[in-house]
Amino acid sequence: MNKKILISDPTLRDGNHAVRHQITAQQMATYCKAADAAGIPIVEVGHGNGVGASSLQLGEAIISDEIMLRTARENLKNSLLGIHVIPGFATIEKDLKKAIEYGVDVIRVASHCTEADLTQRHIEFARNAGKNTYGVLMMSHMISPEGLAEEAKKMESYGAESLVFMDSSGHYLPADVTERVQRLKDVLNIPVGFHAHNNLGMGIANSVAAVEAGATILDGSARGFGAGAGNAQIEVLVAVLERMGYETGIDLYKLLDACDIAEAEIIPSLPTIKSISIVSGLSGVFSGFMKPVERVSKQFNVDPRDVFFELGRRKIIAGQEDYIIEVAAELAKKAESQT
Amino acid sequence: MKKTNVAILGSGNIGTDLLVKIHRSKYLHCSAFIGRNLRSPGMLKAQELGVFVSAEGIDYIKNNPKSCELVFDATSAQAHIEHSKVFKELNITAIDLTPAKLGPMCVPSVNLSDCLNEKNVNMVTCGGQASTPIAYAIGKTQKNVQYVEVVSAIASRSAGPATRANLDEYIHTTEEALKKFSGAAKTKAILNLNPATPCIDMQTTIMAKVENPDIEKLKPLLNEIVHRIQSYVPGYQIVVGPLVENGRIVVTIKVKGLGDYLPAYAGNLDIINCAAIAMAEEYARHWAEEGHSSHKGKII
Repeated sequence: MNKKILISDPTLRDGNHAVRHQITAQQMATYCKAADAAGIPIVEVGHGNGVGASSLQLGEAIISDEIMLRTARENLKNSLLGIHVIPGFATIEKDLKKAIEYGVDVIRVASHCTEADLTQRHIEFARNAGKNTYGVLMMSHMISPEGLAEEAKKMESYGAESLVFMDSSGHYLPADVTERVQRLKDVLNIPVGFHAHNNLGMGIANSVAAVEAGATILDGSARGFGAGAGNAQIEVLVAVLERMGYETGIDLYKLLDACDIAEAEIIPSLPTIKSISIVSGLSGVFSGFMKPVERVSKQFNVDPRDVFFELGRRKIIAGQEDYIIEVAAELAKKAESQT
Repeated sequence: MKKTNVAILGSGNIGTDLLVKIHRSKYLHCSAFIGRNLRSPGMLKAQELGVFVSAEGIDYIKNNPKSCELVFDATSAQAHIEHSKVFKELNITAIDLTPAKLGPMCVPSVNLSDCLNEKNVNMVTCGGQASTPIAYAIGKTQKNVQYVEVVSAIASRSAGPATRANLDEYIHTTEEALKKFSGAAKTKAILNLNPATPCIDMQTTIMAKVENPDIEKLKPLLNEIVHRIQSYVPGYQIVVGPLVENGRIVVTIKVKGLGDYLPAYAGNLDIINCAAIAMAEEYARHWAEEGHSSHKGKII
């Protein structure tokens, strides 16, 4: 019997980073229908940083969480509806309770890789509400593999039913992923998943390394539509897994159709590895910083590559977008004093 | 002059740091440092400083109602709800550092004198103490403040288990305070914990959507407010702005702590303690003028 891999599709969540959170309700409806027809098991929707994250800091979404979730719910018959939740942005009272009311099935509670204990109350709440609850560790390259395993173990103890670690900066090479999956498999009794970014061209290779090391959940989005250089491209991922002899339960033709629809209806410019994404991947800065770094660098007339490397040097994490202005302003001042 | 007798309830990091600050104060004398365990690090520190300690908790105050005129409650929200009844009955003024929110919110650089007639004031949150004065200056000088958003980053090591478990309450309380002090219809608070070593200083960015941002009009009041804050939190400074970026007003401030009992990077904890001390000293001065403390104060 072939081994099964569970595919979760964040096109309508991570893809929002690539369009400054401007995916419309109509676009969400269109893609949800196509994804549902293709049999994609989980479709994640939301602001790029999840529910409750629409803000000046991260970018304001064009539609509310309520409209996103209600639209997706109406158009997903078989696929499960997933959300991303970051404590510190979203609260149980303001966001999680409402998301449950709108009909979400899968709640992925995320924190920076070193801060798992921030997720305890949200994970417990989601479990108690009877939802399929994940623990997610973001920016996972910023902690040692041992440390990552420790944090993952905490999430399991809070009640997470699966654990996904994210390469949010697209910084990993395959060996890095293999080592981490092995560590996680050693200490956890729950399934392990991996979420790739393609900044260094390793999105698919890293996902393959993850399953070969024992991961059973993978994230992939249509044409790779996601932050920075994008995610692992779901249609390539499913095809590669098929060649490797893994089962995803997804209808390949219908998946290809869904991705063609995404390209025609949602994705204004296909994700490629732009110069700036390479710098983001190398410097280990969150891929979602690409758009704001470009905007702010223009205003302060500084090189966005310098901004990325300086942010990386300062170990700025996802969510700290306001530091972009500080760094750009400082670089501009420095440049001025040198002329 | 006579110093006002104050008690500290709660011998954790916050309580112990308050004690060190009170030890320096010209206006306050710590007459009792109250916890539950005489061997806790805070209790040992208090004994080292020659301060009277008690492990009886709130019972100490009940049994010694004349021991203090003012109490800092640095326990928990749940405990404060019980304690507040005792304070009220004994006519002891309470400065509440828990998220219980029973009394009005106190931000010394903005509403110090308004709080003097209150018997129980709440110190909001660390992010609230850092951001609401800026939000207030924006509210006072700009037309039609539609939205205020505050993002704070603190060092992971400065956030203990209680802070982490109360993250949602932190957000809700800070948002409420921002509304109250800026007059904005909608507010949002965000907290990031950054694990980088060496530990980062607390940094907070205040962003506002207003009709036709007027930076020149904002500057004088903003500078005045920042000066006022610096009088009790010397490590408070503006690092970015005020400027307009992408159509919104942006101000970023940094808070370096005094490094008394808590490390200097824990500016988030320092600012709430400094604010509490500033409020207590104002009570002390006010009472001295009124002759309020004649029968209780310690004569120096």
